[in-house]
Amino acid sequence: MKKLINLQPSKPVRVLLGLLPFIILLLLYIGASDARLADNPNDKLLPSLNSFVEAIDRMAFTADKRSGGYLFWQDSYSSLKRLFTGVGISAALALSLGVLMGAIPFFRAKLSPLVTAISLIPPMAILPILFIIFGLGEFSKVVLIVIGIAPFITRDVLQRVQEIPSEQIIKAQTLGANTWQIILRVILPQIMPRLLAAVRLSLGAAWLFLIAAEAIAATDGLGYRIFLVRRYLSMDVILPYVAWITLLAFIIDYLIRLASAKLYPWFHSQEN
Amino acid sequence: MSYLNIQNLWKEYGDQIVLEQINNKVEKGDFVTIVGASGCGKTTFLKMLLGTETPSRGQILLDGQPIASEPNEERGIVFQRYSVFPHMTVLENVMLSRELESSPILGRLFGKQKKQAAEDAKQMIELVGLSHALNKYPHELSGGMQQRLALAQSLIKKPRILLLDEPFGALDPGIRTDMHQLVLKLWKEHQLTIFMITHDIKEGFFLGTRLWVFDKDRFDPQAPNAYGAKITYDLPVGDIDKETYQQIDQSLTPSEPEIAEAS
Repeated sequence: MKKLINLQPSKPVRVLLGLLPFIILLLLYIGASDARLADNPNDKLLPSLNSFVEAIDRMAFTADKRSGGYLFWQDSYSSLKRLFTGVGISAALALSLGVLMGAIPFFRAKLSPLVTAISLIPPMAILPILFIIFGLGEFSKVVLIVIGIAPFITRDVLQRVQEIPSEQIIKAQTLGANTWQIILRVILPQIMPRLLAAVRLSLGAAWLFLIAAEAIAATDGLGYRIFLVRRYLSMDVILPYVAWITLLAFIIDYLIRLASAKLYPWFHSQEN
Repeated sequence: MSYLNIQNLWKEYGDQIVLEQINNKVEKGDFVTIVGASGCGKTTFLKMLLGTETPSRGQILLDGQPIASEPNEERGIVFQRYSVFPHMTVLENVMLSRELESSPILGRLFGKQKKQAAEDAKQMIELVGLSHALNKYPHELSGGMQQRLALAQSLIKKPRILLLDEPFGALDPGIRTDMHQLVLKLWKEHQLTIFMITHDIKEGFFLGTRLWVFDKDRFDPQAPNAYGAKITYDLPVGDIDKETYQQIDQSLTPSEPEIAEAS
């Protein structure tokens, strides 16, 4: 018998062990829900699985009586649009600023303290300012995401640029590269996979800011819906929405990881 | 007029004098190996040749013109590590200089031009013996192969001076011998002018036509930084007597005062 520390679970066992906590949680929920519903059939706190199915059917596959649309898909579309716009702008901004500051000492001296200061502002605290300046429309929600995550990604990109060995920059110059060519051929391609990694890390924060902004002022969106139906204690809608957001977050993260591995094989084999 | 003319070169950082009064001439085709104890300023000297450090006094003339105070295509360099680009394959690494030269905005070539550049690059890659690894990334290569790649990458640009900063310091002894053969072959075929820093004095004697020893000929134990290093030996390699060899070998081991301080 080997020591416990040297025992590796086989693949099926590993999958089973990974699923086990989920199954236990589900069973616990069903047990508790049944107990409460037996006590009071109108209980709203822990709805049965049946009422989840009904709620999903009502939200996703039945046209809304008032607007005629399918609320679940509309909410998903609006939220994802805001999220992708915000994250996309943040990534583009962070990449240009970070590379500029990392590569060119003049920009670093000028901008780096500013970025550090901005990254310390709690974004939620200036949400009212954004609503006052930009109104309650789409723009202020996107700006909140940008303010929330762009400074973090910028600082990460800056640091990664500075980590590129100076030998490479010197070597490029001895091969005849000018400043622009060094940025284009040496720095940018090496930064892209690191940018994707930083974006993956900041996605959680992006979701947080999105849902917060939607909860406060919006007319659709996943966060808006959750906070709207809270007034009616509609756990049967809230819980599927939360599960859906979690699934979306997982899929986006997975897709970015996949794209990075496909596009930058040299980076990922270096890591291992 | 000599090819490379070093005139009264000094380098100091504040009170600390690193190099003093370096005067020398190097002809086209010379292969200069540089040895010296660590911290004696031989790397500083190479950096001044490269352009990443500027002399405090004096100047270096290449063909009568002062050399540029930033790295450019006149001087090629191979460092001990990180000399090649990890995000490019072997072929892309060697093609890079041509692409930079012919495409100032995009830094990339397409179609016919790209094919031509690839053909030229392949010849150079063949010369250093990496033809079997054209499409591999540097991390898939051994240390010796990476240095071969770095040499090919620099040589295709036909630099007027090639600088080698301990290029084989991180390699196994067996591979080092192969690399020596390769460098000598390239030097002869391309009529290169080479400066090479090495820790290995045997390597310094084996390679090259001239051996320079950097050392302080004056030393004040009360003020170790008061005097800088000079070129204390400039030997035509090949005919050297045993006594001089031992003297140089001794001057490379740490000097007495440092040992006394350490204990």
